[in-house]
Amino acid sequence: MRRTRERLLAVALVSPSILAIAIFVYGFIGWSARVSLSAWQGLLPNYAWVGLANYAQLLRDRRFQIDMRNTAIFTGLFLAACLLLGLLLAILLDQRLKGEGLFRSVFLFPMAISFIVTGVAWRWLMNPATGTRLSGLNLLFHNLGLDGLVSAWHTTPPPWGIAFIVLPAVWQMSGFTMALYLAGIRGISDELREAARVDGANELQIYRHIVLPQLQPVTLSAVIVLGHISLKIFDLIVAISGKDIRLDVPSIYMWTITFDANNFARGAAIGIFMLVAVSLLIVPYLSFSGRTEEGT
Amino acid sequence: MTLRRLVRPLLYLLLLLLAVFYLLPVYVLLVTGLKSFAEVNLQTMWNLPSGLHLDNFREAFDKLWPHLKNSLLLTLPAAGLSAALGSLNGYVFSKWRFPGADRIFGLILFGMFIPYQSILIPLVQFINSIGLYGGLPGLILVHIIYGIPITTLIFRNYYATLPTEIVEAGRIDGAGLLGIYRWLLFPLSLPGFVVVLIWQFTSIWNEFLFAIILTNPSHWPVTVALNNLAGSQIVEWNVQMAGALLAALPTLVVYVVLGRYFLRGLMAGALKG
Repeated sequence: MRRTRERLLAVALVSPSILAIAIFVYGFIGWSARVSLSAWQGLLPNYAWVGLANYAQLLRDRRFQIDMRNTAIFTGLFLAACLLLGLLLAILLDQRLKGEGLFRSVFLFPMAISFIVTGVAWRWLMNPATGTRLSGLNLLFHNLGLDGLVSAWHTTPPPWGIAFIVLPAVWQMSGFTMALYLAGIRGISDELREAARVDGANELQIYRHIVLPQLQPVTLSAVIVLGHISLKIFDLIVAISGKDIRLDVPSIYMWTITFDANNFARGAAIGIFMLVAVSLLIVPYLSFSGRTEEGT
Repeated sequence: MTLRRLVRPLLYLLLLLLAVFYLLPVYVLLVTGLKSFAEVNLQTMWNLPSGLHLDNFREAFDKLWPHLKNSLLLTLPAAGLSAALGSLNGYVFSKWRFPGADRIFGLILFGMFIPYQSILIPLVQFINSIGLYGGLPGLILVHIIYGIPITTLIFRNYYATLPTEIVEAGRIDGAGLLGIYRWLLFPLSLPGFVVVLIWQFTSIWNEFLFAIILTNPSHWPVTVALNNLAGSQIVEWNVQMAGALLAALPTLVVYVVLGRYFLRGLMAGALKG
């Protein structure tokens, strides 16, 4: 009797949260999907059914094609750079050097600040002005005699301008992959590495054949987390370049078409499109880790 | 051994170069912020200031103070309430797993990853319809709700590390669901609360999308105000730099003082997602 009552109380305790998620996540996704199938353009809601017309339009839309290209370039470079740099930093910090804690804090602190702050700082570092108005990193390169590195940064003609946004993004997020990899490396038993050493393996071989294979689950986690951040990237680009069409991504398109142009139907279609893209990445991962957890 | 002696200084050199890359923006923000208006010049932005001048910070502070205040009024209650909610949820999902609890938990977790663009239009409509559009209470509500997945996850994982025998012992002593939480689990929850509070404080302080869409200019938190400052043609870049530093300061201080817990929150979202 008492057990049952307690059980009910437990459910009652979490039901407000479950209800909130049911409405604000799943209900609102359904509502958005409905808007994306409607003719709603303008301030007043219009739920007239138009089927998949908004999606068909979107796929033909030149701007959305630019967005997808930009997202693909950004995501590919961002993931590759974060994983490689994070792994390099983790291996360096794994050498038990003095000052390890200090270095770790330095590599990780950008995670604590907002993309807006990062964007404001980097838009001045990546100032593309030339000639006597040279400034930022270009000026630094010039002063160091490295004129070959002077760049137009994110104002490089499409499609490669977006590639330079990867630089501040990696500056901010690579500490995260470093922390993940370092935890992964430290989780590998010392005995295993010691045994390999006794068998005559050098440090490089140990990393190549013992450490790296064991880090695969870490890489998967990092790809999931960074991948979904990258598919949604918004604030950083807004802070660096405002609404510059050359650096447009779906999140910025959604924002301007909905709240500046009041084309709610197309904005909803972009939102649902982004959700599908993120879900392709997340759902297999969530259902997989859910299953392994129940097994333990 | 000789190889090691050769390699060590090289490793340090590499680490130092990388550290320079991470500290470069901080250097520029600091030296620019500390210059007098007269010395500020894009062409000498790498030079050290002639002394400690606070002109830039003073002007940035004047412009951003109302928004820093908004950010505090937003972040503190939102972080506190969502930590309390997360703690109760985490307790039930780890120690009172009702039938289907794991499946429901998975569905809750999904909310952590969705692009908010996919719920933004209904959200604005809804917040508008309950009369909370424009001000801070609406934004606080939104942050609490969309914070449920991560706060529940962190607390669930934290309570899972506490032995179930605690709950059993409490039951034998006649305590119920709430009594066990109040007298046995809650007093042990401090580390969980620290992690979640820091996590929520940092993410809500740094958040931009909900803030720019749901608040009007007088209620803008500091991220939106800073972005507006940076986009303005009138405000000098040196004031923008000082403003960026001011906006980053609270979360940076938390990071410096409680970095260990910040790291734990960071890992929670990734390792056991």
